[in-house]
Amino acid sequence: MRYLIILFFLLWFGFSGFSQYTISGKITNENNQPLTGSHIHTKYISVASDPIGEFELKGLPKGELRVFISYIGYATKDTLISLTSDVFLNVQLKPLATTLNEVTVKQELDKTSKTSTSHQVKKEAIERASTQSLADALKEVSGVSLLKTGSTIVKPIINGLHSSRVPVISNQVRLEDQQWGTEHAPNFDINAAGRISVIKGASGLQYGGDAVGGLVVIEPLILAKDTLFGKTIISGVSNGRGGAISTSLYKGNQEGWRWNALATYKYFGDREAPNYVLSNTGNRELNFSGTLSYSKNNYELSAFYSFYNAEIGILSAAHIGNVTDLYNSIQNQQPYVIDDFTYAIKSPKQAVQHHVLKLNYNQKLDESSSISTFYALQFNHREEFDLRRGDNSNKAALDLELATHTIQSDYKKEWEKLELKAGVNGMFQNNFANPKTGVRPLIPTYVRFDAGLYGIGSYEINEKLTMESGLRYDFSTIEATKYYLKSRWDERGYDADFASIIVGESGNQWLTKPSFTFHNISGSMGLRYDFGTDWKWFNNLSLSNRNPNPSEFFSDGLHHSSGQVELGDLRLKKETSLKFSSSLVKKWTDFSIEINPYVHQITNYMFLKPIGFETTIRGAFPVWEFQQTDARLVGIDFNSQWNINKNWLHRFSAAYVKGQDVDANQPLIDMPPLTISTTIQFKKPEWNQLILEIQSESVFRQSRYPDFNFTTNIVENGELVPVEVDVSTPPKGYQLFHFYSEMKFKTFQKADSSIAFSVQNMFNTTYRDYLNRQRFFVDEMGRNIQIQLKFNY
Amino acid sequence: MKNLKVVLVAFVSVFMFNSCSNDDSPVVEEEVITTAIVTLTGGGETITLTSRDLDGDGPNPPVLTISGNLSVNTTYSGMIQFLNELESPAEDITEEIEEKDLEHQVFYQISNSLGNFTYTDFDSQGNPLGLEFLLVTGANPGTGNITVTLRHLLNKNAAGVSDGNIANAGGSTDIEVVFPVVIN
Repeated sequence: MRYLIILFFLLWFGFSGFSQYTISGKITNENNQPLTGSHIHTKYISVASDPIGEFELKGLPKGELRVFISYIGYATKDTLISLTSDVFLNVQLKPLATTLNEVTVKQELDKTSKTSTSHQVKKEAIERASTQSLADALKEVSGVSLLKTGSTIVKPIINGLHSSRVPVISNQVRLEDQQWGTEHAPNFDINAAGRISVIKGASGLQYGGDAVGGLVVIEPLILAKDTLFGKTIISGVSNGRGGAISTSLYKGNQEGWRWNALATYKYFGDREAPNYVLSNTGNRELNFSGTLSYSKNNYELSAFYSFYNAEIGILSAAHIGNVTDLYNSIQNQQPYVIDDFTYAIKSPKQAVQHHVLKLNYNQKLDESSSISTFYALQFNHREEFDLRRGDNSNKAALDLELATHTIQSDYKKEWEKLELKAGVNGMFQNNFANPKTGVRPLIPTYVRFDAGLYGIGSYEINEKLTMESGLRYDFSTIEATKYYLKSRWDERGYDADFASIIVGESGNQWLTKPSFTFHNISGSMGLRYDFGTDWKWFNNLSLSNRNPNPSEFFSDGLHHSSGQVELGDLRLKKETSLKFSSSLVKKWTDFSIEINPYVHQITNYMFLKPIGFETTIRGAFPVWEFQQTDARLVGIDFNSQWNINKNWLHRFSAAYVKGQDVDANQPLIDMPPLTISTTIQFKKPEWNQLILEIQSESVFRQSRYPDFNFTTNIVENGELVPVEVDVSTPPKGYQLFHFYSEMKFKTFQKADSSIAFSVQNMFNTTYRDYLNRQRFFVDEMGRNIQIQLKFNY
Repeated sequence: MKNLKVVLVAFVSVFMFNSCSNDDSPVVEEEVITTAIVTLTGGGETITLTSRDLDGDGPNPPVLTISGNLSVNTTYSGMIQFLNELESPAEDITEEIEEKDLEHQVFYQISNSLGNFTYTDFDSQGNPLGLEFLLVTGANPGTGNITVTLRHLLNKNAAGVSDGNIANAGGSTDIEVVFPVVIN
């Protein structure tokens, strides 16, 4: 087979696109000059390229399609495209004098699994979220909701699960960025994503056996074409009175050297709710990433480096002293600190840096097999600054340095009907909790070593039926160095069970070295059935195991943002998850739907539960302890898209999950409520690719929640009065409307620019969200107007 | 394959470099207030009310020590002191509160109408600070509670706050101690 200079972008539409597909692209000659009037021909339609060499083939059905591209004096190229989404095809024709080559564009199949649907986030959605976070871009996938701490710290929740249960894989490397914390957002610059997929459930065994909730897989943009292009996105927003600029350059090459570089800068002041300023919610980000690679016909060597650097203000009013303050906040429904708008960020705040260095070597062994090996070093430095006194006010209250080394090798071999993937990985991690903070750290110093081994096979039984199954083994060992207050040690009952791990003593603290070792087996099994009538049926059963994370094991202390003492437990067992999910996909000509029900059983599910009170000199605090139970999550995600006509489009998605604590026979805490989103889009390609879009987002009130309210005594008029602190009742449901519009302009011959104007929360609705940890203190952000300029060159 | 070796060498070297950065020293808690001491002087006596919580956020409740009973119809001049006794010698946090007087206020409340508190010290803007005060006990003997609250970053201009009413003060609580007292 002869490969030629072909560049293809996939415009990642929802779930691998809908009934009608478009192939678009540009035809150029050997000097990269556009070829006007080239003939692009398929069995359905034919078009000619326009004066700048561009063409568009619309309304193509799913399936394999041969495309012929010809121009007088040039070698005709034909290419076989397997259409399952829109395809961008840039073709360089060569003068007839040169050898006639056959062009083959093989569209990449879903890399993760053949029997489960993975959900791609559109490139447009990634660009729209340029000023926001990774999770904000994922929100458009049904079944993904957001776990927030204020407006800027956002984590994805997949089918009701988040944090350690949803690993983020960026450029093959699993992000190790203290992801156990609910107020620790993924340390990733959304602008650096070329493609993002969401995998619901644990079918991505090559990335780990502990993705109980699902996976977010991010891939950078890679160009296998001799080209140089740049992209700059400049965004300005009204809420936060700031903006972002992200600029990138890509040098592609069919063979030889390739490189790219990207830099992003974000600067925002205080966000504003409809009725007041959310004081101290500004943030800054300065990110860089770059790749240098060299490829020859059968190997590729690449080096990748990325740096994420963020400073994030934490709402002033969310810092509370004791349970009386929490009670007052909940009763008053008004933050206790409202200052004038400012760009300044003071304590409490977070400062995080994340470095990733990756060296990658891919070797093609023969036509059907390849091996890929990488080493990655991640260094994460997280500092959290609290309100402190005197000399300490500029010293971090939490200072963690997490270094992670990963080495991984993956082998892949394809036969006609069988595909085999296998791999091995090792990971060494060192967490250093700096004792110079003067505050006992939530997470101790520890070292961890992991090793894993997996194999996945998929077999095409017949034209309609494909089967996939995988098996993985993981070994993990962790040894921590932790000081326990002697009083805490006794209160936890560790004196009886863990006396042997005490290695020293310092004042009122024990020095201990707890260590744990785990052996886990995980697996997945899937079936895909093509009914041959546009119906497809995916079924997946996955078994995964997640070991307790450092916070679940070792937490012991006060969380100032929630006014609660959180206690880990050294006795926790790993949690085991079994998930069955089924998805039915149908694509008619103008209408397509996907229905995705699932049942998820988790034994030893770890969660925080209130167990009582502790009184300190600061007053009383409710105590929450990590406990385990058997949990069951049952839910359904639904998507549809209706191309009403060539101008109008209707999109609908809904997600519902019911989480139950089976042992206690009560609902699980913090489950996303029913969410429905409807979008109506008007397109007029003739008017500079005009797009006008209105989206309605309805989030219902969560009616299923456990009652974790507690009674405490607060002082009123000198008397102690018992009051109920309502930490359980979810806020009311809400409906928001968002507007988006965009136009494209061809400023220069090779340039393509677009301008977008959008409004989030058009009617400046006041609301609170159940899944925002700051819902006790403030309303959510109000209206936000954004203007975005995109330049491609 | 040669590349793989380079990678391995890099791996091992960084690995070794990294594992040296451990520091097993314990954290000295620097700004915890472990102890609040209220001193009441009046009627020829000095009475101290002490709350001491040496395990900070740990599970043990603070230990309360009340040196004696109060007398009716007496004017006590009072002061409060905050210490961190985890450090040696104990750190006096009262000084820091005095320095940052605009950000702090101590509130005193007494139950069952057993007496009245008035502030005698003020911050640079003329609002009460509460490190010094007067307590005038009532004519009737009885038992009740004195509640001492230190608020940080409160709204000193909110209604009633300058009179010692905590209801609208907001802010975050650094100290909240309830002393049971007997007046006879």
